[in-house]
Amino acid sequence: MYSEKVMEHFRNPRNVGEIENADGVGEIGNPTCGDMMTFYVKIENGILTDVKFKTFGCGAAIAVSSMVSEMAKGKTIEEAMKISNADVAKELGGLPPNKLHCSNLGADALHKAIEQHLAKKPATGEKGCHCPFCDAPVEGSSICAPCKNQGRK
Amino acid sequence: MRFGYFDHAAAAPLLPEAKEAMMPFLGDEFGNPVSLHHFGDKPRAAVEGARAQVAALVNSRPDDIVFTASASESNNLAVKGLALSRKAKGRNIVVSAIEHVSVLEKLKSLGVYGFDITEVPVDADGTVHPDKLAAAIKTDTILVSVMHANYEVGTIQKVKELAAVAHRFRIPFHSDGTAAVGRIPVDVVGLDVDAYTFPAMSVYGPKGAAALYLKRGTRLQPLIEGGFQEKNRRAGTEDVAAIAGFGSAAAVTKSRLPEWSESMTRLAQRIFKELPEKLEHIIFTGSMSSRIPGHVSVVVEFVEGEAMLLSLDDEGIAAASGSSCSAKTLKASHVLLAMGLPHTKAQSSLVLTMGKDSTDEDVSHFLDKLPPITRRLRQMSPLYARLQKGEDPYAVKPGEACEDEQEHETDER
Repeated sequence: MYSEKVMEHFRNPRNVGEIENADGVGEIGNPTCGDMMTFYVKIENGILTDVKFKTFGCGAAIAVSSMVSEMAKGKTIEEAMKISNADVAKELGGLPPNKLHCSNLGADALHKAIEQHLAKKPATGEKGCHCPFCDAPVEGSSICAPCKNQGRK
Repeated sequence: MRFGYFDHAAAAPLLPEAKEAMMPFLGDEFGNPVSLHHFGDKPRAAVEGARAQVAALVNSRPDDIVFTASASESNNLAVKGLALSRKAKGRNIVVSAIEHVSVLEKLKSLGVYGFDITEVPVDADGTVHPDKLAAAIKTDTILVSVMHANYEVGTIQKVKELAAVAHRFRIPFHSDGTAAVGRIPVDVVGLDVDAYTFPAMSVYGPKGAAALYLKRGTRLQPLIEGGFQEKNRRAGTEDVAAIAGFGSAAAVTKSRLPEWSESMTRLAQRIFKELPEKLEHIIFTGSMSSRIPGHVSVVVEFVEGEAMLLSLDDEGIAAASGSSCSAKTLKASHVLLAMGLPHTKAQSSLVLTMGKDSTDEDVSHFLDKLPPITRRLRQMSPLYARLQKGEDPYAVKPGEACEDEQEHETDER
């Protein structure tokens, strides 16, 4: 059913884990859907120096996460944002048609993590800053009151 | 590599006796059972001999057995055939919420004829309660269909009591016995059902043959017309080899069922006892007291079903899952959801169906391999990470609730 490349990434996924004090975290999907991916990025001088992920999902979802992390690592923000779902599926030697949505999740989670980093980059605390976890407006304090998450550094 | 085959619900090995019974009809005995000339003699004798053997397995009269090509066909014939023959009396059909898709889906197509469906809920064990069935029956109900046992969760239904409820309202009762036959003794007369489905595969016979028991006098509109085979109930030249194999397999199964059932029950009990000692956060599903032999269904929390199946396959172990990702339809098991299991846990289901040849070594191999596979996948799982941080693993953020139909639409981008 799956290509050898998909099975290889499923059996030996690269970059599994979390990054402490990540510059950006992107979460896509939820446990109800059967797939959930969380991507963590470390960004220095506009370059993704580290990418890690945790994934709850099928073989394709795990292989896609692994492939996306490998493709993104060492890339500039601009390059990483250009990684498309089609690129990921292609690099994996194709995915069964009913599993293509998994490749969408992978690239989307990575982009969400980068976007989170970009959104908080100004770090000036001006009005209009929002908690990246629950989207509630964050004012003054760096802790988001509604969800108790760290809103900004 | 060691192997362990735990997917007898999908396919079961062919009994050598059945294969031997089939061979003449794949060779020189190619004749048509309806032929007047002598080429039809042995094929005809084989079909009628098999009918007697298959009937004996479920305590039916041979004349009450209709041969079809699959359990899905038998279910179609029973549900559509009975409904269409009774449409002048009413248009409502009552089924359990956990029927096989070949019952549930056909019912949808019957909507074209103006039939409507009432689904009877099941309890957390997957049991249909007779009082719930009685409450679901309407004045225009013309058919009740409740399966004998469910392959996903192993629960055996109180078919005799459920049939009695239907009969109290003078309504015929069909039961899909695919998961029950070959695992527990079945007596269609004792159960007092009007129609009963079972395939050759349930008794280690070939694919391509199945039976529908139809109680004498039960009227039914055939689905395939144009020939007088099967007493005008199913037209088309019989698959003589498959039917001969079915007959032989039914006879062997009838004589050996007690010993096979005992072995399968014992092996499943080992898993119920030993797996929780080796693995945390697991939930067995289905009834523990009224259960088919050799069946284990379990939710392994925080890991997705298909990922487990692929990893088990790498260790030579064949199993099944009710997760949406492992289904071609990408929908989580309607059976687990009907039992009240949330989507989040249905995604982590694992189903083992053993057979007569399953061994202690197979079970030990499974018990050795599932825990490390689960640990590896949990290390990757953000749900497990949440648990370890003391958070709710299954929390869904507002606005992110997901209908799996929407989320999993095939995306060709």
